[in-house]
Amino acid sequence: MSVGAPRGLASSGQKLITEILHPLSAAEEPLSPGPDVTISAEKDKEPGLTNGTPVEISSPASASVLLSRLQLDGDPEADAHDPFGSGEPRDLFVTVDDPKKHVSTMETYITYRVSTKTTRIEFDLPEYSVRRRYQDFDWLRIKLEDSQPTHLVPPLPEKFVMKGVVDRFSEEFVGTRMKALDKFLKRVADHPVLSFNPHLNAFLTAKDLNKRQGLALLTKVGESVKNVAGGYKLRARPVEFCAMGEYLDTFSQKLGTIDRIAQRILREQSEYLTELREYGTVYSTWAGSEEQLQRPLEGVAGCVTTSCGALEDLSDNMSQDFLPVLREYILYIESMKNVLRKRDQVQAEYEGRLEAAVLRKQEDRTPIPVEVEKCQDKVECFNADLKADWERWQRNKRQDFKQLLTGMADKNISYYEKSQAAWESLITLLQEKQTEDKTSETN
Amino acid sequence: RMAEDVKEESVTSNDESDLAASDGSLNNTMLTEGSCLLRRMEISVAEAEKRSGKNAVSIQETYTVYLVETRPMDAIAEGHNPPPDSLWRRYSEFELLRNYLIVTYPYIVVPPLPEKRAEFVWHKLSADNMDPDFVERRRIGLENFLLRVASHPVLSNNEMLYHFLTKEHGWKEMVYETGFQAKADSRLRALSATFRVRSPHKRLVEMKHYSDGLQSHTSQLLRARTRVADRLYAVYKVHGNYGRVFSEWSAIEKEMGDGLQSAGHHMDAYAASVDDILEEEEHYADQLKEYLSYAEAVRAVCRKHELSQFELEMASQDLISKKQQREELATGIVRTFSLKGMTNKLFGQEAPEQRDAKLNLLEELIAEGEETVKEKTAECDEHAEKAWADIVRFKDQKDKDLQEALINYALMQISMCKKGIQVWSNAKECFLKM
Repeated sequence: MSVGAPRGLASSGQKLITEILHPLSAAEEPLSPGPDVTISAEKDKEPGLTNGTPVEISSPASASVLLSRLQLDGDPEADAHDPFGSGEPRDLFVTVDDPKKHVSTMETYITYRVSTKTTRIEFDLPEYSVRRRYQDFDWLRIKLEDSQPTHLVPPLPEKFVMKGVVDRFSEEFVGTRMKALDKFLKRVADHPVLSFNPHLNAFLTAKDLNKRQGLALLTKVGESVKNVAGGYKLRARPVEFCAMGEYLDTFSQKLGTIDRIAQRILREQSEYLTELREYGTVYSTWAGSEEQLQRPLEGVAGCVTTSCGALEDLSDNMSQDFLPVLREYILYIESMKNVLRKRDQVQAEYEGRLEAAVLRKQEDRTPIPVEVEKCQDKVECFNADLKADWERWQRNKRQDFKQLLTGMADKNISYYEKSQAAWESLITLLQEKQTEDKTSETN
Repeated sequence: RMAEDVKEESVTSNDESDLAASDGSLNNTMLTEGSCLLRRMEISVAEAEKRSGKNAVSIQETYTVYLVETRPMDAIAEGHNPPPDSLWRRYSEFELLRNYLIVTYPYIVVPPLPEKRAEFVWHKLSADNMDPDFVERRRIGLENFLLRVASHPVLSNNEMLYHFLTKEHGWKEMVYETGFQAKADSRLRALSATFRVRSPHKRLVEMKHYSDGLQSHTSQLLRARTRVADRLYAVYKVHGNYGRVFSEWSAIEKEMGDGLQSAGHHMDAYAASVDDILEEEEHYADQLKEYLSYAEAVRAVCRKHELSQFELEMASQDLISKKQQREELATGIVRTFSLKGMTNKLFGQEAPEQRDAKLNLLEELIAEGEETVKEKTAECDEHAEKAWADIVRFKDQKDKDLQEALINYALMQISMCKKGIQVWSNAKECFLKM
C-alpha cells in the first residue's frame, strides 16, 4: 500500500523533509530522494532505539522565556508584533508516511512511520524513525491539551468512522488520514511552545509508547487550570476576545456552507459523468453503422471519453484533497473556541477570587492572598499566549486557504485543458479528412 | 451556409424537358434546362411575426408568420442591389408545400421541415411554440428547407415551389387544384397497410434498414444530449453559490477580503456562462433533428417503391390467373381446382356462344392486364432508378453535412473549455492575491 509523500501545507513546513539538507550535514552529503527517510541504508525499518529518556525541560509558561530561547530571523512576512514569527529557523522536522496494515488476532489496524530530524539538544539523536497508530496521535493530542491548556492544539482527523460505511483500509481513506496526521504533527512541531513538550518528545522517539506511563511533568499551570471548577461567571470579556469568538462563529459557518456547496458540486458532477458516458457510447454505436462518418463519430466518442476521465480526476481530487482540508479547519475552529472558553473560565475564576478577597480585606483587613495574584498571572499569561497563537493561526489560515483555493482553480483549469486538447486534435483530424474528401472528389 | 455549399456544387444536368407538365415541372422559358432555382434566385426567410386572426372555425388564434424574401440572382451579380420581393407564409403553408412535393415526387427524398413542436427539450428550454428562441430556430429551419428544395436537381423545377415563393394569394388554392390530396390519401392508406413483397429490391431494402438505424441513432443521441445538458446546467449553476458565500466570507476578512470577493464574482460569471453554451448547442441539436426527419423521408421513398412493387406483383398475379383461365376455357382442361370447373363438370359445360363471349372478354382483360403490367414494370424500374439516384445524392449530402455538424460541435466544446479556463484562471489570480 504505497501512498505518495504527504504534501505539507504552506504553514506547516515549507518543504518536504527530504528536500531540506540535514542541519548537521556538510554540504556534500546528499539526501536520498523519495519519501523514505532512513537513518542509514543498512538499518531496518524499525531501528532499535533506546527509549528516549525524559529530558529535563522546564516547560515554559511565559512568552518571555521563549523569546530568549528562540533566535529570531528577520522574516519579512512575520508581523512586527508577533514574537512567534514564522521566520524562525527550524530545527525540528517531522514527517508521517509509509502506512502499513497490522493484523493480529484481536484487531487489525494501520501504523504510520513517523520520522524526525532535529538539532535540538532535548533530543538524544539527530534522527528518529518510529511507527505510530492513530491512537498514539490521539494520546499525544490529549496530553498536549492537558499540559498546555493556554495554547491551541491543532486538531486531528475524526476518530470514529462507521465501519459499514467507510472502508478504513482503503487506499483513499488511509491516504487522506495520513495527510491529516502529517499536518497535525507538523503544526505541533512548528509551534514554539508545543514543540518543546516532553510528550511530543516521547511520541517522536520512544520505541514503544507506553501510554499508561504518564510523564509526570504536568505543569503547575496545567494542573491548576484543570482544577478550575465551573461556577465562576465572567464579567467582562475583553473586546479582542469577543471579536475572536465572533469571527470564529462566522468563519465556521461559511466553511460549513462551502463544504455543502462542494459536496453538491461533486454530486452533480457525478450525475453529469454518468450521462456523459452514456452519451459517448451512443456516438460509438452509431459509428458502427456508418462508412464515411465512422471515423468522425468514433472521434467524437473518444473526446467524450477523454473528457469523462478528466472529470473523474477533478472530482476525485476535490473529494480527496479539498474537502478533508476544509473539514479539518472546521475542527480547528472548534478547538479554538474551546481555548477561548477556557480562557474565559480562567478569567472568571480570577475575578471571582479577587472579589472574594477584596471583600474579606474590607471586612477584617486580611491581605489579598498570593493565590489571587497567581490567578492574575495566569490570566495575563493565557491572554498573551492566546493572542500570539491567534496571530499565528490567522497567518497560517491565510496561507492554507490561498493554497487550497488556488489548488481548486488549478484542478479545474487542468480538467478543461485536457478536454480542450482532445477536441482540438479531433478538429485537426476531421479537417484533414475534409480536404482529403474534397480532393478525391475533384479527381 | 447552405447557399455557399450550393455555389460550390457542380450542377448535375438532368434532362428535365422530358417530364410532362402533369408532373408539375415548369415549361416556362424563364427556366434554363438543368439548372436549379437557387442559382437564379436568392431566397431567405428573413423575419417572423405574430399575427392574430380568426381561423377556419371562426375561433380567434395567435400564430406566427414568416417573411419569405426573394431576389433575382442576375441583378445581384450585375452589382445592383434590388429590394427583395417578399410575402408572408405560415408554417402550415410550408407543410402543404412539402406534402405536395412528397406526393408528386415519390422517389425523391424530400427535405424535412423543422419540428412542429419542440421535442428533446432540456428543462430550461421552453417547449412553447411562441417562445422567441423557438421561433428564431424555426425561422432558420424553414429557410434551410427552402434552400435545400430550391437547390435540388429535381425538386427545384417544381411550379408550385416557384409560386410558393412568389404568389402570396391564391397559392393554396392552386395547390389543392392539382388534386394531389386524393393521391396522397389513397397512397397513405396503402402505405400503412402491411404487405409483403415477393422479390424486394435489394439495395432499397438495405437503405430502408439504414434509415431505420439513422432514425434510432439520431433520436438516441438527441435524448442523451438533453440529459447531458440538464446535468451540465446544474454543475455550472451550483458554482454560483460560491459567489455568494465568498462575498459573505470576505466581509469578515482583512487581507483576504478583496481576493475572495473578486473570486466570487468570477464564480458568478462561470455559473452564468452555461446559458449561452447550451443555447449554442441547440443549433447542433437542430442539425441532428433535420437528419432524424430525413431518415423518415428516406424510409418513405423505400416504402413507396415497395408499394409500387407490390402493386406490380398483384397485377402480374392477376394477369397470370387470367391467362390460366383462358387456357382452361380454350382447352377445357382444368389444371387447377376451381368451383366453376366442378360445377361445369357436374352440371355440364356452357354453351359455345357463352364460352366464346367469355373468351373474348378474357382476351381483352388479358391485353389490358399486359399493358398494365408493362406500365407498372416500367414505373417500378423508373421509380427504383430515380430513387436510388436521389438516395446516393442524399448519402453524400448527409455525410458532408453531419461531418460539418460534428466539426462545429467540436468547436463548441473547445469554446466552452476556453471559457472555463479563462474564468478559473481569473479566479486563481484573485486567490493568489488573498
